[in-house]
Amino acid sequence: MRNALIICRKELRSYFVSPVAYVLLTLWGVVFGYFFWAELGVFLKYSMESQMSGRMYPMNLNEQVIRPLLQNVAVIGLFFLPMITMRLFAEEKRTGTIELLVTSPIRDLEIIIGKWLAAMLLYCCLLLFTVFHFLFLFKYGNPDLKPILIAYLGLLLEAGAMLAIGTFISSLTKNQIIAGATTFAVLILLWVLAWSDFSNAGWSRVLAYMSLVTHSESFMRGVMDLKDGIYYATLIFLGLFFTARSMESLRWRS
Amino acid sequence: MINVKELSKRYARTTAVDHISFDVAKGQIVGFLGPNGAGKTTTMRILTCFMPPSSGTATVAGFDVLEQPMEVKKRIGYLPETPPLYPEMETAEYLKFVGQLKGLSGAELQKRVDYVCERCSVADVRNKLLGKLSKGYRETRDLIRSLAGSHTIILSTHILPEVEQTCEQVVIINKGKLVATDSVRNLQARARGAESIMLEVASRNGSLEISMVQQKLERVAGVSRVLCKHQVDSRAFFEVETQKGRLLRGDLARAVVESGWDLNELRPAAMSLEEVFLQLTEKDAPAESAAAKGAQP
Repeated sequence: MRNALIICRKELRSYFVSPVAYVLLTLWGVVFGYFFWAELGVFLKYSMESQMSGRMYPMNLNEQVIRPLLQNVAVIGLFFLPMITMRLFAEEKRTGTIELLVTSPIRDLEIIIGKWLAAMLLYCCLLLFTVFHFLFLFKYGNPDLKPILIAYLGLLLEAGAMLAIGTFISSLTKNQIIAGATTFAVLILLWVLAWSDFSNAGWSRVLAYMSLVTHSESFMRGVMDLKDGIYYATLIFLGLFFTARSMESLRWRS
Repeated sequence: MINVKELSKRYARTTAVDHISFDVAKGQIVGFLGPNGAGKTTTMRILTCFMPPSSGTATVAGFDVLEQPMEVKKRIGYLPETPPLYPEMETAEYLKFVGQLKGLSGAELQKRVDYVCERCSVADVRNKLLGKLSKGYRETRDLIRSLAGSHTIILSTHILPEVEQTCEQVVIINKGKLVATDSVRNLQARARGAESIMLEVASRNGSLEISMVQQKLERVAGVSRVLCKHQVDSRAFFEVETQKGRLLRGDLARAVVESGWDLNELRPAAMSLEEVFLQLTEKDAPAESAAAKGAQP
């Protein structure tokens, strides 16, 4: 575990010494800031109308602002996460530094977990940006905290699964662009599988059940469901497991 | 310290390493030589547990590379052809990272990093980014060596002068097969079978006929080739190659003096490792070299 932390620290450092982390954080801030502004604008207009007309519409910050915003966070993540994972292994394979790691007395799994953990922590930094925005809602309104926390847990699990998939794909190539593009395509497919629930046929329901979105819905509603947690945990495990197999093949094929 | 026995590595179509055996004793610095594609990198990668051998065994400090890779990796410092540097790390930080990977920590790690910085004279670029170091990799080459804490070194390279300066022992492979393992001095002596001699000849009366000297020298029995290296006024430098096993220094000296010229200098030209290397790897019968016997089953 100590070794995984060494790797994790090194990865985090390289995110934050290079412009990568700052560019991602800035772009994320701009994009999420716009979503927040637009969503809140609609909410304010709606509540204004409600007051002007004298009829009280049911207004709820959690339902009308926070939940759609957090759902959007997952969508923005779909675009940002491949950029976090694409360099993890591809860059080391290109520059040859992977040879240093592989010939050091640490286990493959420690390397993989360290890298994945660093990606998770960078994602946490991105999420922290969104937290600042919500603090304003707590200052001027009184949203319910518990569903927000559960939604964040859902976001973390979902991102964990997506990052594990990205880590695996990055270990397959030396080319960061290929890693990024492939990850993006795979994640989008996993996303839109939810749309295949159009007929009553068993296979279409199975496909839809495999989608990343299907399992985030209950979290977003503030409900913790064990089966959704297990789904994400399984994806994380599979992603990291396949990464380990891919690293092993590096030894046999090279 | 390092024992390699009958080591082979086969790829789908080629055999990169073909039944190689050699030993490196503790404290030795060994040059591992071979032309491009000879199997140097493959052998090194097997020794560092980067990839497994197809057959044969290799042990480092008594630990088998297949059975106990972790123990082996703890005891080696490996610097691949492309130095594995992270451009976004500072020198000292990089050393710390490598040290941590090796399992060092705390005061011991700090001491080791300081030692390496001092020892390899990179103390003044301690806090510089590796990506900004000019030709920093040469220094790092030494850095990792020292960090490894190992006392046996295999230097795999095709830069021969480097080997000549640092190694007492060399292992030469070609096309995956062992060609020779011996000390540098022995190899040079063995390869010198055909000796070449440097001569400086001068004339007393001002002018020196190069072709005359050349003819005279060529007439000495046992001489295979005479080359005029260069001429300064009435002096000229010749390189004489002699046939294998003939000692002709006396004959050559006599030939010069008897023709009325002065002999200013006469010395055997030491064969550079490069010449030895070329001689050994260019012929196709490695069995001819006595040292290769160990490689045969």
